[in-house]
Amino acid sequence: MTPRFAPGTPVLVKNDWPEERGPCHIRTPHYLRGRSGRVERVLGAFPNPEDLAFARPAEKRVLYHVVFDQPAIFTDGVPTDHLLVEIFEHWLEAA
Amino acid sequence: MSAPARTESLAELERLVAALIARGHITEAELATQQASTDRASPENGARMVARAWLNPEWRAMMLNSGTKAAEAIGVNMVGAPPLGVLEDTPGRHHIVVCTLCSCYPRAVLGYPPHWYKSFSYRSRVVREPRAVMAEWGHPLPDNVELRVVDSTADFRWMVLPMRPAGTEGWTEDQLAALITRDVLVGVALPKLPA
Repeated sequence: MTPRFAPGTPVLVKNDWPEERGPCHIRTPHYLRGRSGRVERVLGAFPNPEDLAFARPAEKRVLYHVVFDQPAIFTDGVPTDHLLVEIFEHWLEAA
Repeated sequence: MSAPARTESLAELERLVAALIARGHITEAELATQQASTDRASPENGARMVARAWLNPEWRAMMLNSGTKAAEAIGVNMVGAPPLGVLEDTPGRHHIVVCTLCSCYPRAVLGYPPHWYKSFSYRSRVVREPRAVMAEWGHPLPDNVELRVVDSTADFRWMVLPMRPAGTEGWTEDQLAALITRDVLVGVALPKLPA
């Protein structure tokens, strides 16, 4: 499985809210939807938890470690600080 | 601390186990193996891995490349466990681990998560004001150190490889391992020499 984004690539987390459309199991935190970050590294490929949770056949998806500037997300943060979060490829767009 | 198991829940558990065995989903032997590895799960495993990394550069490189391999090398059963990643603290960078969505935690090498790790207050506060959380717990972080809050949201589990404290030159692996607590491995505390 070839990763779409290389380490260092700026990415945007989709501003999508499947929770509003019905039952779902999403591993992308609310606080990151619509936010931009940078790929830190590729972690591998794992079965899509959004299907696994409902016992559906789950295709493998590439998982990334994505780094976000802390104050852009939380205004009470400090500019030196970051959040490092696992995000699946289908939640990311080129920024 | 969880409440003591009630007689009726124990009876229910026995019926469940009997049904799973009867239908061939598990065997008594598999259950015993799993129970043994659960009982062995403790922060002492993580502490051992860190102490060895402080002493041995090759081990350190192997552990940073794959926490799972390092855990297996000290005898931890990682079969069926999620992959373990190791976050390397440096003089300019410190890591703290949280799971804002639930309570993902590297149980094989840290044991059971403490109650605060699963609390709403830790999970919501540590992503917005990690420095305040560290300071309240007696570990204020210098301004020139970057703090990385690692939100464990998916398939990996994470542990911190902290900096080796000054004043431990010549210490043995056992002496070093004794400095490394569960909280240090989560990143909410820093290794401290005994007073």
